[in-house]
Amino acid sequence: MHAIRKQRLQWVIFTLVASSTAIGLVVYTLGQNINYFYTPSQIARGEAPLGVPVRAGGMVVRGSLVRDSESLDVAFDVSDGVAQLRVEYSGILPDLFGEGQAAIVAGVVDADAILQATEVLAKHDENYMPPEVADAMGEAYRQSIGSGGDY
Amino acid sequence: MNIQFASFNEILAMGGHGLYVWVAVTVSVAVLAALLVVPWQSHTRALNQVRLRLERHAGGSAEEGVD
Amino acid sequence: MVTEVKKWQWFYRLGSPRWFYEITGRWLPWLLCAASLLLASGLFWGLLVAPPDARQGNSFRIIYLHVPAAILALVGYYIMALAGAVGLIWRIKMSFMVMKSAAPIGAALTFIALFTGAVWGKPSWGTYWVWDARITSMLILLFLYLGVLALQRAFSSAEMAYRASAILALVGTINIPIIYKSVDWWHTLHQPATLKLTSASSIHIDMLQPLIVMICGFYVFYVVALCLFTRAEIIRREATSAWVRALVSNESSR
Repeated sequence: MHAIRKQRLQWVIFTLVASSTAIGLVVYTLGQNINYFYTPSQIARGEAPLGVPVRAGGMVVRGSLVRDSESLDVAFDVSDGVAQLRVEYSGILPDLFGEGQAAIVAGVVDADAILQATEVLAKHDENYMPPEVADAMGEAYRQSIGSGGDY
Repeated sequence: MNIQFASFNEILAMGGHGLYVWVAVTVSVAVLAALLVVPWQSHTRALNQVRLRLERHAGGSAEEGVD
Repeated sequence: MVTEVKKWQWFYRLGSPRWFYEITGRWLPWLLCAASLLLASGLFWGLLVAPPDARQGNSFRIIYLHVPAAILALVGYYIMALAGAVGLIWRIKMSFMVMKSAAPIGAALTFIALFTGAVWGKPSWGTYWVWDARITSMLILLFLYLGVLALQRAFSSAEMAYRASAILALVGTINIPIIYKSVDWWHTLHQPATLKLTSASSIHIDMLQPLIVMICGFYVFYVVALCLFTRAEIIRREATSAWVRALVSNESSR
C-alpha cells in the first residue's frame, strides 16, 4: 500500500478506536442507568431509589393475581425467581398480560414495600409458535415460560 | 399452503389486530416505493439537466461544473 | 502529494463510475424483478398463509416487515461506513457516491423498523414507545443516518461533504454492536433476538420460512435502491464528463 494511503488508513482506524473508546466509556459509566427496569431482587436489596417512580420487571406469579370485582383495581406479585414484589394497579391491563408471563410495572414503592403502579406493560419473549404447537407442547411450554429467568 | 382466513373481511380484521397490521404494511410499502421513485426521478432530472446544458452550449465548451 | 492524488482521481474518474453505471443498467431490471417477486410472495405467505402466534395472534405478522427492515438498517450502516472508509483512504469518488446513496435508504429502513415496532408494541406490550436501550439506540441510528444526509448539504464543496460525512459514518459504527447486543446487555422491554447467528432460532419453521423470504427480498431490494440512488449521483457528479454527454445525446437522438 502506498505510504499516503497507509497514513489515511491509520487515521480511519484511529477515528474508529477513539470514538468507540469514548462511547464505550460513556456507556460503561451509565451502566445500570441504561436498564429499563429493576428486578424484584434489586428492589429487595434496596438498589432502586425510594419514593421516586421506578420500573420493575418480572414474571407474574401464578395464582397471585387478584381482581377487584367492582373496580379496575388489581394486585399481583412479580418475581425474578429469587425475590418477589407485590404490585397494586388500577387500570386496564395489556392483552398479553397474564399469570406466568413477564410484565413491567412503573410506579412508586410505598412504605409497605408494595409498588403502586401507574403503568403496566406486558413483556413477551422471543419465541413464536402456532397455537396448535403451543397446545401440543402444553404444560411443558407453559412451565418453561413460567420459570424462565432470563428476561 | 392454505390461507388462514375464511373471507376478505377476516383478512381485514386480522382477529382484531387488523388496524395495526395493515397500517404497518401500508406505511412500509409506501416508504419502500418512495425508495424507488425518489432516485428514479432525480436520475431523470439529472439527465435532463445535462440535456439542457448540451442544447444551450451546443458546439461551445461545456466544461463548467454542474451542481 | 498533490500530483499523486490528482493522478489517481483522474484514473478513477475515467474508470469506475462509468463501469458501475453501465453494469448496473444491465442488472437493474432483473434485480428489480427478483426483489418484487420475493417481497410480494413473502408478504402473501407471511400475512395470509403463516399460522398466527399462540400468544400474540395476528399482530405478530408485523414481524415480516419489522425484522427485515431492522436487519438491513444495521447491515446498510456497515455498507455506508465501509464505502466511506474506502473513499477516505483511496479517495475513490465512486466509493463516496455509494456512501452518500446508502444514507437515505438506511434512514428509510430505520424509520420502517421504528414505525412498525411502535405499531406492533401497542397490541403486544401495551405501549407505542418506551425509552429502553434497544429502541433508543435504534433512534440514534436514525439520527446518524440523517446526520450523514445533512452533512452532505452543509458543505459547498462536494469533496469536503463526502469526507465529513464519511467520518461521521465511521464514528457511528460503534452504535451497531450496541443496538445488536442491547437486549442482552441491559434489561429492556424489547425481547432478545429471535434469529440467532450461533444457535437455532426460536421461531416455528412455518413462521420462519416466510421471514427468510422477506429478509432475502429486503436484501435484493436494498441493492436495487442503492444502485438507483448511486446512478442518479453519478449523473449529477459526472454531468460534464464526455461519456455522460455522449449517453445523453445518444438518448435524445433516438
